[in-house]
Amino acid sequence: MTGYTATVTVRLKQGVLDPEAETTQRALERLGFELTDLRAADAFEIELEADSAGRARERATEMTERLLANPTLHDYEVEVDQR
Amino acid sequence: MTVAVVQFGGSNCDRDTVRALSALDIDTRLVWHEDGLPAETTGVVLPGGFSYGDYLRAGAMAARSPVMDEVRAAAESGTPVLGICNGAQVGCEASLTPGAFTVNQSARFQCEHVHLRVENADTLWTAAYDAGDVLRFPIAHGEGRFEIADDRLETLAAENRILFRYCDPEGRVTEAANPNGSTGGVAGIVGDHDTVAVMMPHPERVSLPDIGPTDGQGVLRAFA
Repeated sequence: MTGYTATVTVRLKQGVLDPEAETTQRALERLGFELTDLRAADAFEIELEADSAGRARERATEMTERLLANPTLHDYEVEVDQR
Repeated sequence: MTVAVVQFGGSNCDRDTVRALSALDIDTRLVWHEDGLPAETTGVVLPGGFSYGDYLRAGAMAARSPVMDEVRAAAESGTPVLGICNGAQVGCEASLTPGAFTVNQSARFQCEHVHLRVENADTLWTAAYDAGDVLRFPIAHGEGRFEIADDRLETLAAENRILFRYCDPEGRVTEAANPNGSTGGVAGIVGDHDTVAVMMPHPERVSLPDIGPTDGQGVLRAFA
C-alpha cells in the first residue's frame, strides 16, 4: 500500500450564479485591484492508502460523487499525488 | 397515526413544527434521527434549522444519515414527507426532490415575510387553497435559492410539480418579488410522487392563531 494525497476541487457549474464570488470580486475592486472575473472553488485534500494511484483516484471520485459535490450544482476534478 | 418530526443535531424548528401540528389535532412525535422512524409513522417532517452546522452545503450531511434511507422507503410507500427550509435542503440533497437549494442571490441570510402564489392546488399539500391564492409566509434562510437546469424546470412545470412561487401581494411572479434569486421564482415543489414536498418558507410559523395569521395550516393539514 502506498500513501496518496487526492486533491478534489469542487466548483460551481458554468452559468450557476455564485453570489459569494461576486461579493468577493467587488471587495477586491473596492481595494483598488483590477480584475475581470473571479470564481471560487472548494478544495479537499484527502490522505489515503491505496495499492495504486488509479485505485486512490477511484475512491476519491466515489467520495466526491457520494458527498463532496452536488451534481445539480457542481463540476469537480480529482488529482492524485503519491506522498 | 403519528407524524415523525425528525431532529438532527442543529435542527431548531422541530418543536415549532410539533406545536403547529398538535394545534391541528395531528398526533406528532419528535424523533431523534439516530433512533429511526417509529413503526407507527404515518407522516414525516424534516424541520428547519442548521443540521450539522450547514457544513459543506446546507442539508448535505443530514441527507446522507441512515434515517434518510427510512424516510426514502416511507416516501416510496406513499407516506407524506414534508421538508421545510433546512428540511427542504435535506430533501433535495437526498434526491427526494429534484434541484438544489443554494446561496441566496444576496449572499446574505434573509429573515422576512414573502408572498407565495399557489401554483397547483391539486396536491395534498395545497388542497386547502385555490390555484392563484396569494399566501404570506416567513422565510429565514441563507441558502434558499432554488437551482435547477432550465429544461428540468420546464418539465417540473409541465408536470404540475411546482407548489408555490414567490410573488408580489397581487400574485404577480416578478424578479422584484423573488427574495433569493430562485430559478423560476420556485419556493416549493413535489418529488416524483406528490406525497413528497419541499419548501423554503415556513408554514409552521404561520399556523398558530394565538400569534397571528394561519395561512400555513393548509400545508400541514396534509397530515390530518
